[in-house]
Order: sequence, then structure tokens, then C-alpha cells
Amino acid sequence: MRLTLPRYLTNTERPHRRRPAAMPLYCGLAGAVVLTLAGAAMTGQVPLTLGQMLAAVAMPFDVDDGQRLAHVVFWELRLPRALMALLVGAALAMSGAALQGLFGNPLADPGIVGVSSGASLGAVTVIVLQLDALGPWTLPLGAFVSAAATTALIYALAMRTRQGGNANLLLIGIAINAIAGAITGYLTYLASTEQLESLLFWSMGSLGNIDWRAVGVITPIVVFAGWLLRRQAAPLDLLALGERQARHAGVDVTHLRRRLVVLTALLTAAAVSFTGTIGFVGLVIPHLIRLLMGPSHRHLLPLSALAGGLLLMLADIGARSLDPPSEIPIGILTATLGGPFFLWLIARGRSMGRHT
Amino acid sequence: MTSPHDETHANPEPAIAVVMASLSLGGRRVLNAIDLECAYGHVTALIGPNGAGKSTLLSLAAGDVRPDTGHVSLAGRRLEDLSVAELAAHRAVMPQDSVLRFAYQVEEVVRMGRALRDLPPARDDTVVTESLRTAEIEHLASRDAMTLSGGEQARTTFARVLAQETSILLLDEPTAALDLRHQERLLRSARALARAGSCVVVVLHDLNLAAAHADRLVLLADGGVEAQGTPWQVLDAGRLTRVYRQPVSVLTHPRRHCPVIVTCDAEGDDAEGLAPSHEADNPMEASFPS
Repeated sequence: MRLTLPRYLTNTERPHRRRPAAMPLYCGLAGAVVLTLAGAAMTGQVPLTLGQMLAAVAMPFDVDDGQRLAHVVFWELRLPRALMALLVGAALAMSGAALQGLFGNPLADPGIVGVSSGASLGAVTVIVLQLDALGPWTLPLGAFVSAAATTALIYALAMRTRQGGNANLLLIGIAINAIAGAITGYLTYLASTEQLESLLFWSMGSLGNIDWRAVGVITPIVVFAGWLLRRQAAPLDLLALGERQARHAGVDVTHLRRRLVVLTALLTAAAVSFTGTIGFVGLVIPHLIRLLMGPSHRHLLPLSALAGGLLLMLADIGARSLDPPSEIPIGILTATLGGPFFLWLIARGRSMGRHT
Repeated sequence: MTSPHDETHANPEPAIAVVMASLSLGGRRVLNAIDLECAYGHVTALIGPNGAGKSTLLSLAAGDVRPDTGHVSLAGRRLEDLSVAELAAHRAVMPQDSVLRFAYQVEEVVRMGRALRDLPPARDDTVVTESLRTAEIEHLASRDAMTLSGGEQARTTFARVLAQETSILLLDEPTAALDLRHQERLLRSARALARAGSCVVVVLHDLNLAAAHADRLVLLADGGVEAQGTPWQVLDAGRLTRVYRQPVSVLTHPRRHCPVIVTCDAEGDDAEGLAPSHEADNPMEASFPS
């Protein structure tokens, strides 16, 4: 006679979990972004009421004399700053997600592997050498060129000495950060007093001096690069199979790699040129989204953009309101959050991928 | 099941044509003036001792490496004229090792096979389900593919290769990690694909699997083609003994009537330090001392 065991005894495998639907997360994050945007506009040294804010939104150009202050605070200070936080957070999170896909390593973050310090070096060079060939675009362009060169260098080094895996990429990051830091140091040494002042904010990251011009420069970059990056979602997924198998399935790895280097450099440079190096957003956010929705880049990239923007807006509200009237540099806040998270990721180890 | 396949297939062009291809890696000649044609409708098995060049020849056909001299054509077109996307439309490759960097689910990995193919998306679900079923991994569909056993990984890779829906399949030791049932299943589905008109080239270490499932064998030795033909033509005891430097006997399978290779002891070889000499007169006892 055959003994039939109940299914729950024979089925020793873990219960399977289908991926949750993505739409609720998109809606939730988008809703949270809008609410946080309003919250960021209302909180600060001069608190605005909901009524004042709505009045300012309703009449962007005609100003009620009694509401002149609220109007100026909303349109000239709070809104551009909150939008900048949103765009920079989105740029850093997408750039982190793409770098992780490119390196096949969940620890790749623009700050950790050295892309940010590369961008920062370019920006510092533009300031100290007083380059001004392209007006307001000179600084982002310098940051971009330097970031792209750095990313390509990191990639070449990481692929040449692939055996070391995670540790190797982190060591390369240390070296790149040290070299870029040293060159930045020389430039700082050469800088005049006024230049020093504007250089200082790169070391800590700040959303202090943001105006509409800056928002106008960064918006098209982030939107365009984000859109192009999202179009690479399918090949990025395939890259998780390793370069050789990705190629077998139809990924032109050389082209994809070049595109990813340019796009991540573009996003990182856009963020760094206006707000300095803000670390760990690109590390924490994609990881959380992957935990919720799985690693598929189709959702990972746009959801990371939303969540990264949300996180940085919240961090900026914190930076402005924790110790008024002075501001805590936002980079310090994100590092406080991201540093321990990074250690946890390293200790956890499981997310490092499979090589057989 | 070794009945010769009739050559009436509609496509006259060979699926794979390797012409006088030589390749050196690190100063060593790995492939030496290889001439080889693989037709649609056949399962071709590449066999040979370690280092004979089987996997390299497969990489050559896959377009991973270019020959130093000679050339390779796929479906009548030179490899160098095919873009990465066109290559992926012609051939799928199952490599020996599988890599996965993030926690994709098994079904997502299988779906990757056709993600960049220009195929009607309406059929995606059907083909993916079909591939999962063929590889017997439907029950793993939503499992984290990084937590699979070696055999399950191999079956996932096979399903992904099937989902790519190409008419040329290059399989590099696909059965190495599989148990008996799945070795048979995989090679039987490879044969079914060939019967439906595909060209399947498979590197196999197990000569008995090759003999049972391949229409044609290509025996490689030292980077050259030592022999090719039907299993009965290629699997000659004297030839295998020489090429593998290991004495073998060739028997007939009682049910499939294909060759079966068993290893033997060489004459006077039994005292070569492999077993204690006083037990060597009875090899069974020598291997399992009680």
C-alpha cells in the first residue's frame, strides 16, 4: 500500500510569493511625493498655512499685497528648493540602481564607488580655474565629463580584476575616492577665499543656494536621462545573467555599457553640480525597492526615482527644521541613515549574487 | 532510436558551417583547422576527452570568439556580418555555468530569454509556461532563482534557452548537474526540437547519453575532428581507447539498440597503485572493501 502524506508535510519548499502588483506602490509614492512637496513648502522659519500656499499656487503672478511675503517664500525659496530635492533624489537613486545593474553588485552607489567624487572634482575644477565657456551649463558639464571618465575608469578596473567581487569594487571605490579627493585637495589649496566658500558645500552637500535657474538646468537632464535609462530596463535585467549570457540573449553589451556609463554620469553630475555630494540615496533606495518589488528594472528605475525624490525631500525638511535657524548639511543626514544601512548590507552578504 | 534521419529537410543551407577554423588561446592551439557542418533536423553531439576543444568549438559557433583563421557561418551568413540581436534570433546558448546577480524569480529568468527577441508579445506567456513545463520547473516559477540547487539552475537555464525560440540551440554540457530523469528529459526534448526542424549541438561528456540521443557524433581530440558520423560509426572501441587513453568496450543497449560504452581495465594495468595489489584479482572487492 502506498502511503500518501498530506501535502503540507511533503511540500518542504518555502511558500512561493508572487510579485505584488506595482500600481499601488506607484500611486502611494506619487501621492506621498505631492504631500511632501506641500509639506516642504509650508514648513520652515516662516511657516505658511495651507490657505496661503494655495493662494500662492493659484496666483503665480498677481500678488496680493498682504500676502507678498508668503508669495515670495513659496515661489522663490521653498518650491524651487523642494523640487531640487525631488530631482536630485530621483537622479541619485536612478543612478545607483543603474550602477548596481551595470556592476552586478548591490553595493555600487555613486558615492561609494567614486562617481560622485569624480563629478565633484570636475565641478571644483570649473570653479577654481574659473572656467565659464558655457554660462550656467559650464559647471554641470565639467561635473559630467569628469564623472563619465571616472565611471569608465572604475568599470575598466572592476572588469579587469573581476575575481575579487564585492570587496574588489569597494577597494576600487576607496582608491578612486582617494585620488579624486587628493586632486580636489590641491585645487582647494590653490583656491581664493571666495572660491573656498563655494567649495565648502561640496564636502557636505547642501540644498542651500537653489534658484529657478538651477531647477531649469537640472530638470531636462534628469527627465531625459531617466527616460533613456528606463528604456534600457530589459537589457539591464539580462545583464544580471553575466555579460556572456546577456550577449547570447541579444544584449549588445558594449553599447549598453557605454550608454549606462554616460547616463549614470549624467544623473550623478546633475545632482552633484547643484547640491554637492549627497551619499547613500543611490544605495538605500534601490535596495528597498528591490525588497518590495523584485529586481526587475522596469519598475526598479521609476520607483527608485519616486522614492529617492521623496527621501531627499524629507531629509531636506529635517535638515531645515531640526536645528533652526541654522541648517544641518543634508549630506550628513543621508550619511547618518545610509552608513549603518551599508554595514548591514555588507554583513548580510546574501544579496551579493550567485557565481557558479 | 539511431535510425538515420533522411535528408529531406526544407532548408538546404547548413545551420552551422565551420570552415577551416583555427584558434589559439594563450599561445596554445585549441582548435586546429576544424571543418564541420551541422544540419537542421539533427542533434549533433560533440564528444572528446578533456581539453579536446569541445566547449571552444561551441563558443566559436555561438559567436563568442572569432577564429584566427577560417570562418563560421550561421544559417548561411558569416558570423561577423550578424549583429548581436540577429545572432540572438538565430541561436540560443546554454552555458556550462550560470550566473545570476539579483534575486529574480525563476519565471522572470526564463522570460529574459525572449525579452530582446522581436517576437509577438502575445505569445510570451504561452511560450514561457511551455518552457517551464518542458524543464519541469513549473513548481519553482516564483522561487528566488538565487536559492536553486545546481540541477534546478541548469533546468532554469534550459527553460530560458527554450523561451528564446531559436532554430539553432547550442548546449554546453547541459546534463552535467542533472539527475538521471532530467538528463533523459532534457535530451529527449532536444531531440524533439530537432525533429521539429531545429539544429541542436550539444557538448556531452557522457558517451552513453550521446550515443542514445544524438543523430550524429563529432569526436574531437587535440583540437581536431577525429571522427564524425552516426554513433555506431564513431564509437569504435579501439578509437575510443586510443583517444581517451582509457580502455573501453562497446556493448549494445538491450532496448535502444544504440552503443553502450563501458570502461575496462587495461591488460596489466590493475596494479598501477589504484587498488591494493593483493585484492586486485577481484575488482569488485577492491572498490568496496568490506
